[in-house]
Amino acid sequence: MSEPVINGVPVAGMAGGDVPVADVAARPAVSPVLDQAAEQVGEHAVVKSVAADRGPLVLEAVGLDKVFKLGRGQVLHAVRNVSFGLYKGAVVALVGESGSGKSTVAKLLAGQERPSGGKAMLDGEPIDIHSGRAFRRYKNQVQYVFQDPFGSLNPVHTVGYHLTRPIKLHQPGNKDVSGTVTALLEQVSLTPADQFVGKYPHELSGGQRQRVSFARALAAKPAVLLADEPVSMLDVSIRLEMLNLLDDLRTRLSLALLYITHDIASARYFADEVLVMYGGQIVERGPAEEVTQRPAHPYTQLLIASAPDPDNLGSVLKSANVGSAKRAGNVGPATAGCPFSNRCPLADDKCKRENPALQLLAPERAAACWHLEAATSLYADGTR
Amino acid sequence: MSPILEIRDLSVAYRTPDGDVRAVEQVNLTLNAGEVVGLCGESGSGKSTLAYGATRLLRPPAVVTGGSVLYGGRRITQGGDPADLLAMDQRELRAMRWREVAIVFQSAMNALNPVLRIQDQLLDAVQAHLKLSRHDAREKVASLLDLVGIPRTRLRSYPHELSGGMRQRVMIAMALAADPEVVIMDEPTTALDVVVQRDILSQVVELKETLGFAIMFITHDLSLLLELADRIAVMYAGRLMETGSSRDIMRDAAHPYTMGLLNSFPALHGPRRTLAGIPGSPPDLRNPKPGCPFVPRCPHARPACAEVDMSLAPVSGSAGAGVPGVVSHLTACPFVTPQMSQEGQASQEGVLS
Amino acid sequence: MASSVVASTANIWRNLPVKAKVGVFLFGFFVLAAIIGPMVEPYDPGFQNTAANALSAHPSAQHLFGTTQLGQDVLSQVLTGIRLTLELALLVGVIVTVISVLVGVTAAFLGGIWDDVLSLLTNVFLVIPALPVLIVLLGYLPQQGQTPTILVLSLLGWPWGARVIRVQTLTIRNRDFIAASRESGEKTWRIIIFDIIPNEISLIAASFVNTVLYAIGASVALAFIGLTDVNSWSLGTVLYWVQQDDAVQSNAWWWFVPPGLAVALMGVSLVLLNSGIDEIGNPRLRASRASAKVAGHRIWPTDPTPVYAQLAAERSRLGSFLHSFSRSSLYDETPAGSELR
Repeated sequence: MSEPVINGVPVAGMAGGDVPVADVAARPAVSPVLDQAAEQVGEHAVVKSVAADRGPLVLEAVGLDKVFKLGRGQVLHAVRNVSFGLYKGAVVALVGESGSGKSTVAKLLAGQERPSGGKAMLDGEPIDIHSGRAFRRYKNQVQYVFQDPFGSLNPVHTVGYHLTRPIKLHQPGNKDVSGTVTALLEQVSLTPADQFVGKYPHELSGGQRQRVSFARALAAKPAVLLADEPVSMLDVSIRLEMLNLLDDLRTRLSLALLYITHDIASARYFADEVLVMYGGQIVERGPAEEVTQRPAHPYTQLLIASAPDPDNLGSVLKSANVGSAKRAGNVGPATAGCPFSNRCPLADDKCKRENPALQLLAPERAAACWHLEAATSLYADGTR
Repeated sequence: MSPILEIRDLSVAYRTPDGDVRAVEQVNLTLNAGEVVGLCGESGSGKSTLAYGATRLLRPPAVVTGGSVLYGGRRITQGGDPADLLAMDQRELRAMRWREVAIVFQSAMNALNPVLRIQDQLLDAVQAHLKLSRHDAREKVASLLDLVGIPRTRLRSYPHELSGGMRQRVMIAMALAADPEVVIMDEPTTALDVVVQRDILSQVVELKETLGFAIMFITHDLSLLLELADRIAVMYAGRLMETGSSRDIMRDAAHPYTMGLLNSFPALHGPRRTLAGIPGSPPDLRNPKPGCPFVPRCPHARPACAEVDMSLAPVSGSAGAGVPGVVSHLTACPFVTPQMSQEGQASQEGVLS
Repeated sequence: MASSVVASTANIWRNLPVKAKVGVFLFGFFVLAAIIGPMVEPYDPGFQNTAANALSAHPSAQHLFGTTQLGQDVLSQVLTGIRLTLELALLVGVIVTVISVLVGVTAAFLGGIWDDVLSLLTNVFLVIPALPVLIVLLGYLPQQGQTPTILVLSLLGWPWGARVIRVQTLTIRNRDFIAASRESGEKTWRIIIFDIIPNEISLIAASFVNTVLYAIGASVALAFIGLTDVNSWSLGTVLYWVQQDDAVQSNAWWWFVPPGLAVALMGVSLVLLNSGIDEIGNPRLRASRASAKVAGHRIWPTDPTPVYAQLAAERSRLGSFLHSFSRSSLYDETPAGSELR
C-alpha cells in the first residue's frame, strides 16, 4: 500500500545546492517558507499520472536520489528527488538533454546502480536486489534495453546465443528453447527467424541489432521495459519503424514502458505521459500532448522552441534574421536554487535561492517554477 | 553569380578485395558564395564520402573514379578559370586546405587533441597556415574565440574541461581561422541537444553573414535543413535523388525518398498523425542494380524504374524551370506526381522488391 | 558447422599479410622437424663416432651437418634440440598463459580488493630481477631434464601477460554487452568465461606466442651458460658445448651455424606469426595498414585521395604491361558507371 507521493519536495535548507551525501538520507520536512509559496501558487503536487488510465501501477520511483562522488571532495547530484510511476500498457517518456539525469534514473530502476536516497517499488514492495538470486528475480520483471545497438551485442556470439541464454535463465522449465527463440524473433519482426538465428552482430544492420536487443529483453518476459534512447543511434527512416514496434509490443504484451529520449517530438508521438528533466530534477510532467503543445515550464518551452521547425519564418537560423537571437551561452544547471535559474529569463532572487517544488496546474499536470503565470507566453512571440 | 565550388559528375569508390564499393555515383552539386547548401542523407548514402572525396581527404582504399571539382575562389584562380581540385598535386592542395576550404568534423571530441590546451591547438592551426608572428598569432586565436562566443578565460583549458557545445565551437573557430571561402560542416551538432544546437548554428549563420563564406552542411536531420539551408540536396545510395530550395523540398517534395524522409520526423507542431518511416534498409553498394536504388523500399515503384538513368531533371510544372536566378528544383524520379505526397506513406509494396 | 569453420579459416588465411604467412610456414617447418625428428635422426645425439676422421668432420654424406669435436652427429643434435626446445617453450607458453589469464581477468573483473591484491602480486613478480633469480633457483633445484627450467621460466614469465590481459579486460568489462549479460541475469563466472574471454582470444594468442618466444630465448641463454641439465640435448645445450669446445675458434662452422640458425629462425617465425595474429584480432589494424596499393600505385595515408585518371596516366608502358597480369588490374579496368565483372 503506497502512501501519497509528494513530488518534488526539495531538500529544505539546502535549496538544491551541493548536498553532502550524509544529509541526503536525513531529509527534513518541507520548510515553512516553501509551504507558504506552495499555497500561493498551487497545492503540493499530488499529481495523478495520465498513464494510470491504462492499467495498474507496476514500478514506482519514490524520491529517488543519486549522488556520484567525483573525487577531490566534489559531488555530482545526478538525480534529485525523482518520483513517478510506470503503469501496465502505458508509455512514460523521460525527456532531457544529456546530463539531465534521465539515464541515471533508468539505471537506478534497472538495479544497475544503488540509489543514494529514496527507493523503487515493484508491485508495491520495495525492490530487493542484494543477492544474486534476488537480482535475477527482479530481472524477470524489469528489463533494460541499451541505447547502442552496436555495443550491446557480444561480437563473438550469434543471435541465437544471445536469445537462448536469457530463456534458459528466466524460463528454466522451458523445454522448447529453439521454438521460443523463433517466437521471439517473430515478435520483433526478424523473419524468417531461422535466417537470423545463426548470424553474428556484425552481419546485421543497426535496426536489426536493436530488434535483437528488444527480443533479448523480452525473453525474460518482463512486466516493465526501460528503453534508454532506443532509437537515437539508428537512421532516421527506421526510427519510426522501431517506435511502432515498441508500441505494438507494449499493447500486445501489456508492458509498462519507460521511454528515455532527448527528442521531445518523438515523445509526443509515442508516449502517454511526458516528464521533462533538467539538472537531475523533474521540472514538468503531464500528458504528452499537453506538455508539448502547452508547455508550462520555461525550460520545456525552450526545448520546444529550439527543436527544428521548418515553418518558422522568423527563425534565427535564416540569414535574413541574423542578429535577433537571444544567445543562451554555455552554462550548465545551477547548483543553488532552481537549476534553470541561471538561464531563465524570468529568474529572480527567489529562484536563485529556493528550488521550487512541483506545483499542480491540473489534476494530471505539474511544473516546478515560481513564476508559472508569467511563463505561459515566454516564447510566444516567435523569436527563437 | 559564379559558384564558389562546383562538383561535377563526381564518382568515388572504395577498392576492396570483394569488389568496388561505389560510394558516390555521378553527383552534381553547386555551392554559391554566401549560400547554405544542405546535404541530406542517412548512413551509407555517401554524403560524407562526397564531401571528403571532393576535398581529397579520403584515405586509401578510396579512389576518385571520375568527375571534377571546380573551385572559384579569387585567391586561387586570380581572376582566371576555376581550378580543379582533382587535378591538383599535394602542394597546391595544401594551399587550398584551411585557407580556402575548411572542414568542421563530426565529433569534436575526436578531433581535438586531449593532451593539448585549446590555445595550443588553435595556435598550431593558425601558425601552420598563416604567416603571423607569435604575438599576432596569439591575438588572432583570442579573437577567434571571441568570434564563436567562448570567454577568453577558457583559452588555457583542456578539451575534457569544456562541454560538448564549447568543444564544437572551438572546432568552428579553428575552421574559420584562415578566413576560408567554403566551410564544410559534417554533422556538427548531432551529438548536442537542440538548445545548444540552435545557439551554435545561429552564431554560425551570423558569422557567415559577416565573413561571407559558403556552408555545405551535411546531416541526416532533414527538419533542421529545412529551417537552416537555402538549398537542399538529398542523397541515397551514393546518388542524388532530389535538389531544390528548402521551400520546394518542403512543399513539393518530388521524390518518394524525400517524401518518406519528411514522413519520418514526428512533428512537434501541428496535428499528431501516425507515421511509418521507410521500411527496409539501404542497398549493398557493391553490386548496384540498374536503375533507381530506392526501388526495394519505394511504395510507388514500377517496372520502368529499373531503366531510369538517375540523371536529375527539373520537376514537371515547377515554376521558373530554366529561368536564370531562380533555384531549380530537380529530381531523379521521372514518375513522381503531386498526388504521391498527398497519399503519404502508402502501404503497397514496391513492385521490384 | 565444419564447413563454416573451414570457410572462415580460408578467409582468414587469404587476408593475412605476407609476413604472417611466412611466419606460419617457417614455424610449421620447425614443428614438423620436431615431430618427425626422432624418426629421421640418423644417430643418437650423444653417440660418439670415435673413428679418426669423424672428429670435427666437415659435412659429408654420413654426417649431413658434420660432427662435433667428440664425433657426435650435429644433425641429430639439432633435430633433438629443436624438439626439446619447442617442447619446453610450448609448455612454458601454456602454463604462463593459463596463469596470466586467470590472474588478469580475475583482477580486472572482480575489481576492488581482489584487483589490488592480484595487481600487487603481479607487480612484485614483475620487478623480481629475472636472471639472478633464475641462476639461484636453477643452481638449487636438482637437474633432471627440462622440468626445472620449465618451472622456473613459468614462474617468472606470467606477470607480463597478466598485466596486458587485465587492461584489456577492464576495457571490455565496461562495454554495454557485458552489462547486457548481467541484465539477462548471467552468473559472474559465466560472463568471464563465455563473454569476456572469447573477446580476448587474439590478445591471449599473441601473449602465448610472445611467451614461447621468450621461453626459447631464455632457455637457450640459460643452457648456454651451463645452468641447465647438460645431458639433455636442447639447442642451448648444443651451443653450450660449442662454446666449451671452442668451435668458433676452430672454424667448425657446421657445428654452431645450424643450431644458432635454428634458434634465430624459430624466433623470427614467431615474431612474424604474431604480427598476423594482431591483424586477425583487430580488424581496424587491417584497414589502416601503412599504405595501400590502388591501381598499381602505393598510396600513403597522408597522400590526397587518388584520382583514377591521374594514376592510370602516370604508369609507364612497361608498367602497364606488367600490371595487366595482376588480379587487381581487373578492377582497374572497370570505368565508373559500367558493370563490374
